[in-house]
Amino acid sequence: MAKMTMVEAINMAHAWEMAQDPSVVVLGEDVGTNGGVFRATAGLQQRFGKARVQDTPLAEGLIAGTAIGMAAQGLKPVAEIQFMGFIYPALDQIASHMARLRNRTRGRLTCPLVMRMPHGGGIHAPEHHSESLEALLCHHPGLRVVCPSSPARAYGLLLAAIRDPDPVIFLEPVRLYRFAKQDVADDGRALPIGHCFVLREGSDVTLVTWGAMTVDSLKAAQQLAAEGVSCEVIDVATLAPIDFETILDSVVKTGRLLIVHEAARTAGLGAEIAATVAEQALYDLHAPIRRVTGYDTIMPLYRLEHDYIPGVARIVDGIRATLAD
Amino acid sequence: MSPDAVVARFEIPYRGCLASDGTLCGTLPEFAGDTALLQRLYSVMVRARVFDAKAVNLQRTGKLGTYPSCLGHEATHVGVGAAMRAEDVLFTVYREVGTKFWRGVDMLDILLYWGGDERGTVYLRTPEDFPFCVPIGSQMPHAAGAALAFQIRGQARCAVAFVGDGGTSQGAFYEALNLAGAKKLPMVCVIVNNGWAISMPVSAQTAARTLAQKAIAAGIPAVQIDGNDVLIVRETVAEAIERARGGGGPTVIEAMTYRLSDHTTSDDATRYRDAGEVEAARRLEPLARMRAFLEARGLWNEQAEQSLRRECAEAVDTAVKQYLATPKQSSDSMFDYLYAQLPPGLRAQREDARRYATLRP
Repeated sequence: MAKMTMVEAINMAHAWEMAQDPSVVVLGEDVGTNGGVFRATAGLQQRFGKARVQDTPLAEGLIAGTAIGMAAQGLKPVAEIQFMGFIYPALDQIASHMARLRNRTRGRLTCPLVMRMPHGGGIHAPEHHSESLEALLCHHPGLRVVCPSSPARAYGLLLAAIRDPDPVIFLEPVRLYRFAKQDVADDGRALPIGHCFVLREGSDVTLVTWGAMTVDSLKAAQQLAAEGVSCEVIDVATLAPIDFETILDSVVKTGRLLIVHEAARTAGLGAEIAATVAEQALYDLHAPIRRVTGYDTIMPLYRLEHDYIPGVARIVDGIRATLAD
Repeated sequence: MSPDAVVARFEIPYRGCLASDGTLCGTLPEFAGDTALLQRLYSVMVRARVFDAKAVNLQRTGKLGTYPSCLGHEATHVGVGAAMRAEDVLFTVYREVGTKFWRGVDMLDILLYWGGDERGTVYLRTPEDFPFCVPIGSQMPHAAGAALAFQIRGQARCAVAFVGDGGTSQGAFYEALNLAGAKKLPMVCVIVNNGWAISMPVSAQTAARTLAQKAIAAGIPAVQIDGNDVLIVRETVAEAIERARGGGGPTVIEAMTYRLSDHTTSDDATRYRDAGEVEAARRLEPLARMRAFLEARGLWNEQAEQSLRRECAEAVDTAVKQYLATPKQSSDSMFDYLYAQLPPGLRAQREDARRYATLRP
């Protein structure tokens, strides 16, 4: 067991699975000699060779499309998109082919692959480097969308993603890459995809969140605990398909729901969660569902990024408002 | 602007073998000694044409959905199929009936697909070939990915990708060629230049003199061929595949043909296309010249023709009967192939669809 950052845990998961399964291959921009711009694939090409760790030309649509061809051939590609803001050219391949290949061939051809990418802001990056676009992907049946919130969960969920028989979009919260170290055992044990993680148990209000916002949500919960408020904090972790059972169980228990996400509010994933809870547990609610989210604005350049990203203060206010309703 | 020096020069060679009257206008390929193969090339072209006419007719009578006719493309499609080995993998657009036939895809599969049933993509005899690809050009990176998989595993196999003239305007086309060139992938790309991308003539699609030359920018050798000459198609593609399988890298082949039909059964080409142009193109179509070539060598006659046409018509009739008798899939099938296992949250939706399906007549 060693203490490590999330990006080190991600690297370790790659290495474990590549050593175990010769069909796992890594591809992407600068993933080879350079080891990835965040070092997520550092050392893999030296250890596993150039055939299994392939630097690609600079074209995200190509990376996604090539990974589809490789996966249909029985390889397990783990493809890196350098930043989520660059996912747009790959969306055609993801939506038109990756998500659909199993269905449109009645299971004859499949896409067991992972598309990894940094998600969200908070590291003073340039324009287009700080986007939270999970809703674009969660809208497509056939995909799994996963977003870990700690080094250990990143390790376990990435192993599960690589082993999954279907395509998994793996969103890595960029400001958690080197945020905190945690003990992570390199034991090859996967964590289950399709399940929420209850990070903190509580009885007054349920906070549903994911990615980097789990850290702020836990801080807010801790702050309010001093005032006697008991918050349950749920890390959704698998954003598609969502484990609504855990969320609904919690809401039935607490009667109050605050959804926290970094992405813009309109048609964000929070809206889907709110709608489902309203459909299935409205009469268990003591107060209207509330959302604390990024604004419906363009993600600003970095001087204003913390004006955009919901912080602890907004989450605390959101909890108070829910409790006051 | 006068240059100080010329740093690079490129040429696009052209190849043809059979003139439109069936006489030789180039060197006969070596495989032409195999008379059974020559007869088979012609037979599968006829099979594609007979099938195609029936499919259009089925659409016109309300028994098939929108269908993109392959009329006029038979030599390119069949020639490519005949050049491939079983272990090579095919990536098509949506018109390549002749290639699919050669690879062992059944008429029933093609009818089912255009008849609105995903089971038409379950190719039992070519389990690794991709199904038809509707988003234009997007099949190209899949072929590059398969080729990369062959290269990683050290397999002597080739990915063969079709793309149309319109498809060469897509970024995915160039991105895939760029990768294939950079990594020297075992891939052959056949550009089917049939003159028209729905209503857009090639002259309006690009200022490039040839479509083959788009490969030059990716560092890939390219050739333009007579796509109505099944002999040169088969020969050129086979050479390219052999080179690719031997580690020699990719090739781009531009096959010059003509879309004698409308774009699909939903299109009316008379709105944008000159009848004279179509008539001129019809005189260059691929079947007549191959038949004349075979007859001149005593390898074909009217009796053989009648017998083949009868056999094709019977095969088509049998397939159509099977197609029309195939019950539609259950509503469960919308859910059952989304993932290896249905996520629990989707079970309720599957139940809903099941319930409403029983309520409909």
